[in-house]
Amino acid sequence: MDYLANIIFGIVFFGAIAFFTRNVRRLIRNIRLGKPTNRSDQPSKRWAQMLRIALGQSKMVVRPIAGLLHIVVYIGFVVINIELLEIIVDGFLGTHRVFAPFLGGLYDVLIATFEVFAALVIVAVVLFWTRRNWVRIKRFWKPEMKGWPKRDADYILYIEVVLMLLFLTMNASDYWLQQQGISYYVQAGIFPISELMAPLFDGMSTSTVVAIERTAWWLHILGILFFLNYLYYSKHLHILLAFPNTYYANLDPKGKLENTASVTEEVKLMLDPSADPYAAPQTDQQPAKFGVSDVIDLNRVQLLNAYSCTECGRCTDVCPANQTGKKLSPRKVMMDTRDRLEEVGSLLDKNQTINENQLLDNYITREELWACTSCNACVEACPIGIDPLSIIMDMRQYLVMEQSAAPTELNAMMNNIENNGAPWPFNQQDRLLWRDEINT
Amino acid sequence: MANTTDSIRTMAQWAQEGNSPEVLFWVGCAGSFDDRAKKITKAFVQLLQKAEVGFAVLGPEESCTGDPAKRAGNEFLFQMQAMTNIETLNTYGVKKIVTTCPHCFNTLKNEYPSLGGQYVVMHHTQFLKNLIAEGRLHIEGGHYKGKKITFHDPCYLGRANNEYQAPRALLEKLEAELVEMKSCKQKGLCCGAGGAQMFKEAEAGDKEINIARTEEALDTQADVIAAGCPFCNTMLHDGVKTKEKEGKVAVMDIAQLLAQTEDL
Ligand code: SF4
Ligand code: SF4
Repeated sequence: MDYLANIIFGIVFFGAIAFFTRNVRRLIRNIRLGKPTNRSDQPSKRWAQMLRIALGQSKMVVRPIAGLLHIVVYIGFVVINIELLEIIVDGFLGTHRVFAPFLGGLYDVLIATFEVFAALVIVAVVLFWTRRNWVRIKRFWKPEMKGWPKRDADYILYIEVVLMLLFLTMNASDYWLQQQGISYYVQAGIFPISELMAPLFDGMSTSTVVAIERTAWWLHILGILFFLNYLYYSKHLHILLAFPNTYYANLDPKGKLENTASVTEEVKLMLDPSADPYAAPQTDQQPAKFGVSDVIDLNRVQLLNAYSCTECGRCTDVCPANQTGKKLSPRKVMMDTRDRLEEVGSLLDKNQTINENQLLDNYITREELWACTSCNACVEACPIGIDPLSIIMDMRQYLVMEQSAAPTELNAMMNNIENNGAPWPFNQQDRLLWRDEINT
Repeated sequence: MANTTDSIRTMAQWAQEGNSPEVLFWVGCAGSFDDRAKKITKAFVQLLQKAEVGFAVLGPEESCTGDPAKRAGNEFLFQMQAMTNIETLNTYGVKKIVTTCPHCFNTLKNEYPSLGGQYVVMHHTQFLKNLIAEGRLHIEGGHYKGKKITFHDPCYLGRANNEYQAPRALLEKLEAELVEMKSCKQKGLCCGAGGAQMFKEAEAGDKEINIARTEEALDTQADVIAAGCPFCNTMLHDGVKTKEKEGKVAVMDIAQLLAQTEDL
């Protein structure tokens, strides 16, 4: 009978871990639906980039208020999760504050630190909520934020507050019981925040406070395990994926677009006068598809980008097209990519073939794609190194090279380049006419 | 004066004389054909001549780098252009290229190497900055003393290639007051021309991008909006025109501003 709590704890804990593992595998499988791409070069630069941007939050603080609040929540969560270790050990062994005897004075310092951070996190989260829902900062109210994305963002804030309050309630009741000298509650820890809450229990019976303490302890750990499993369905996945995402982020100058290798082969053949076009090796391989019309045409880094996106909208906020009322929103490009990838993933889970939906048209419209100026503002603004522009450019390539579906004016521009080497209908022979104008 | 058209020679002419120039000036399509951009071309040439730089142009052998085709999605046309140009450049053994167009700059510098075209590529603001540092070009300030100048970062020079400093260093030489727009440098707002937008109507929205950017520029109360790209130049000029501020604010390339101080 005594072991019932430990057994329940074990079942819940391993159940949660198993479910989480299942989702991580699904995540990896889905990302691997994309094309491989070589982003493993220059590991030292990549580590440095990850440390700077993900761990060091260097791009978050470009916007100082949001950046500072985010750092509080971020450090708070990392620090408080140290306490999780003890909670898990206690859960399995049926002990209480098992680390206290080993750590002595350090334990007091740790608990005090956790408490201060818990309080700071609550303050930061309340401010976050206020910015979102009260100040109604514009980027949080764009069309793509309707429905689940909006609720998701709020739920995360609520969960964080509830977890912190449970943590503090647990400590407050623990502290109160320690004061009563209840033997199970060993004297351990300093509680700068929750000692202020402890007087609330005065007048209650010991058994009531024990019940409160136990309830808070259980709800807290259950909440954490729930939150862990919530990540996969949420933009909060970024707390894990920001790290690989910044590791694999582009190291080249932002202006550089990759040259498609299969096109290079073709062009070389065309330009080589000695090449025999019929001598080209005949392969059974499917003819290469140019560009991207669905998520499986994207590369793995682009798919990782989609899962990592925090939906913060910094990209959309600085997008010149979006600022001037066009439909294009780089955040929506990332959200659409993730939604479509999830759709494909769930079809695969059911052993079904990929349906006739695709990323192009069913999710991202041509109007959005053609509104982009390739200015890289979105890429620069993203706090975790996501590149929405690369997806836009790849999809344009599909439209033009597979469907010849460029806007008419662009076709005219390309015809000019093809025929006379300039985007306008001027004769290539006239490229030096400006010289003659100098002395006239 | 050295300012004769004779000193503007093509690569073919240099080769015929058995010489090679210090640098190839890649004029670009806008710089060759567009009336506003041709002024930038001429101003930059004046500065090159002033500094006695032995430069060449390709003239009729130059062809579009392919940038707008690539950004419009036509990888095939881009690579056709790139390979053709690379063949021309490599035939002449070109080592160093300077260009007044950030789009050409970006494409030549970043996208040609893997296709076999490896050159030192510089934007004209970088090149001019070096000439001044080497003592080959002297800029007398004064002409713009007491005036306010704001600089519009071209996306393909700034964010795309991380060059924010060279154009500003040149503007400082003019002894004008450099005022920054609300969004500048890494956060600079696009003029609306990039990604092949220059060649098409914008999608439906509530404003043109060039107007949004022009408004930011006008907010600085600057007398001159300095640009470093022929396309930005056109976009901002159109913006100023739409805002009916033509008499008040001039839109000029940095090369034009520097050349003007020479009273050439
Ligand atoms: S690159 Fe395109 S999507 Fe990104 S900010 Fe610029 S216009 Fe918007
Ligand atoms: S792409 Fe980056 S900047 Fe844009 S919403 Fe996602 S995380 Fe934020």
